[in-house]
Amino acid sequence: MAHESTYTPSTGIERWLDTRLPIPRLMHDQFGVFPMPRNVNYWWTFGAILSFMLAVQIVTGIVLAMHYQPTTDGAFDSVEKIMRDVNWGWLLRYAHAVGASMFFFAAFIHTFRGLYYGSYKAPREILWMLGVLILFLMIATAFMGYSLVWGQMSFWAVTVITNLFTSLDTLIPGLGTTLVQWIWGGFSVGEPTLNRLFALHYLFPFIIAGVVILHIWALHIPGSNNPTGVEVKTKSDTLPFHPYFTIKDGFAVVLFCLLFGVFLFYAPNYLGHTDNYIPANPLQTPPHIVPEWYFLPFYAILRAIPDKLLGVVGLIGAIVVLFFIPWLDTSRIRSVSYRPIFKWFFWLFVICCLALGYFGSQAPEGWKLLWGRICTFYYFAFFLIIMPVVGLIEKPKRLPGSITESVLGKKDTSASGGNA
Amino acid sequence: MANSDSSTNPSLVDDDDPSRRDVIVIGAAAFAAIGGAAVLWPLLDQMNPDASTLSLASIDVDLAPVEEGQAITVMWRGKPIFIRHRTAEEVEAAKDVKLADLPDQLARNANLADTAPATDENRAAADKEPWLVMIGICTHLGCIPQGQAVGSYKGEYGGWYCPCHGSQYDTAGRIRKGPAPENMYIPPYAFTSDTKIKIG
Repeated sequence: MAHESTYTPSTGIERWLDTRLPIPRLMHDQFGVFPMPRNVNYWWTFGAILSFMLAVQIVTGIVLAMHYQPTTDGAFDSVEKIMRDVNWGWLLRYAHAVGASMFFFAAFIHTFRGLYYGSYKAPREILWMLGVLILFLMIATAFMGYSLVWGQMSFWAVTVITNLFTSLDTLIPGLGTTLVQWIWGGFSVGEPTLNRLFALHYLFPFIIAGVVILHIWALHIPGSNNPTGVEVKTKSDTLPFHPYFTIKDGFAVVLFCLLFGVFLFYAPNYLGHTDNYIPANPLQTPPHIVPEWYFLPFYAILRAIPDKLLGVVGLIGAIVVLFFIPWLDTSRIRSVSYRPIFKWFFWLFVICCLALGYFGSQAPEGWKLLWGRICTFYYFAFFLIIMPVVGLIEKPKRLPGSITESVLGKKDTSASGGNA
Repeated sequence: MANSDSSTNPSLVDDDDPSRRDVIVIGAAAFAAIGGAAVLWPLLDQMNPDASTLSLASIDVDLAPVEEGQAITVMWRGKPIFIRHRTAEEVEAAKDVKLADLPDQLARNANLADTAPATDENRAAADKEPWLVMIGICTHLGCIPQGQAVGSYKGEYGGWYCPCHGSQYDTAGRIRKGPAPENMYIPPYAFTSDTKIKIG
């Protein structure tokens, strides 16, 4: 909802700024009086939570970089020095490591919220695609950050993931090997690799911050979606962002910090892998390599496909397919709440993603490999078959006439109650 | 308006030959594109292996202490090199395998032609068949297979077993089972004496 500016500068300095760089006007229009659908629920607070987590990661990351050494001899020891010697180093490093997990946890909820309420549908396609781009950048950033610890899991994660590119050798002989040596800066993962991963890990969060600004810009043109998926029609459908949603988002951030705090102070290593406390050894692969929990579903997809190149295609395709959802979903109804058939497939998809996470943590053998393959098939079938087909054959439930009606009920039928 | 004389006001010159301007536009754009690419190349190429990395090209290894049935691992270019002094049974087992049974039928031996078949002769050291020298990196995703130590699990084919995704290699380092697409690679090397080799 691109709306008329209602800002009137009240002081001299505001009038002076308003004709030069009107930041007070921007803040007033976009974060003060900005009209929000009055019926958004707590699933809509994860945007604020994610902004908060990005800030946490950038601030803790900058101070950690003041103590970290990106050398193969110094990296692991400097991390331990941060943990033992640097003032508050344990807090900063655990906050950064646990913070990455919390960041992904919130990002996954935010993504599933968008999926459930159809927030990717017109006119919010670019908004959705920018979100997928942010998710992709987060994955790259987290992967590079994990490598910096230079423990056994760090080293072998970098080895295995960069070796994915060698699958291109099956397309054009030598292409993959050339590419992977360019990425490594050598003939194996080593000091040049660590150095560049550090440089890029420092860079990427700021790229993410830039894309987040575009994401919010794209959000503020059509305005927020809401649980009914019905567009805002009248002024009574909305409430100003401040104070109603600044308070609500703030409260949600506080609740989220409680969860963050539980892991940070009581189980800081619970989400990590103990093998990463063993210094990197290029001559010995750990018996069981697993990525961090937030990559497990993607890792399960990689391992479910028996061909090396196709496995990599599946891994990357699992993210790339998300870009096309606005056009794969043929239903005109946004919210899954009003889609009686698709609802079942949606929840099965959620279970499928959780199951993929579990299978990603297990050795790919026997029934686990079989079910990993079934879930991988369903993951792609959900987007490529179910979304286009169900949208065409499904008869949706009746939508409320407006957001106000969904909240207050129809005025003339309020006595009889019980409307959807 | 004040000066409508086209001979003194260049904006009013009636340009009946647009090709002259096209030459300048296309020329400038092409020059900018080439210049941009020329600047981009150093920015990309700086990531390739540098001079000091390339200079670590070769190492010498003394094989005299390695008894039959033993194996050693040395580092070359940051990669582990498996050197196994194979027993007669291991050589026989490798020779008995039919080429048609191999998932990858190329020798992957840097000392031979790219098309050499993956026979045991082509995998082992020239004229010293008990010796097998190869890059100890699984061709799937780059893990280090186990099987070098005497007691370690060597897989169903008695060679090497990769713990990451279960690839199994035979006693000639050829892939037999699992997701790895290729045999383990043989680095360029040569015997400099009866018991010494130079790798690289």
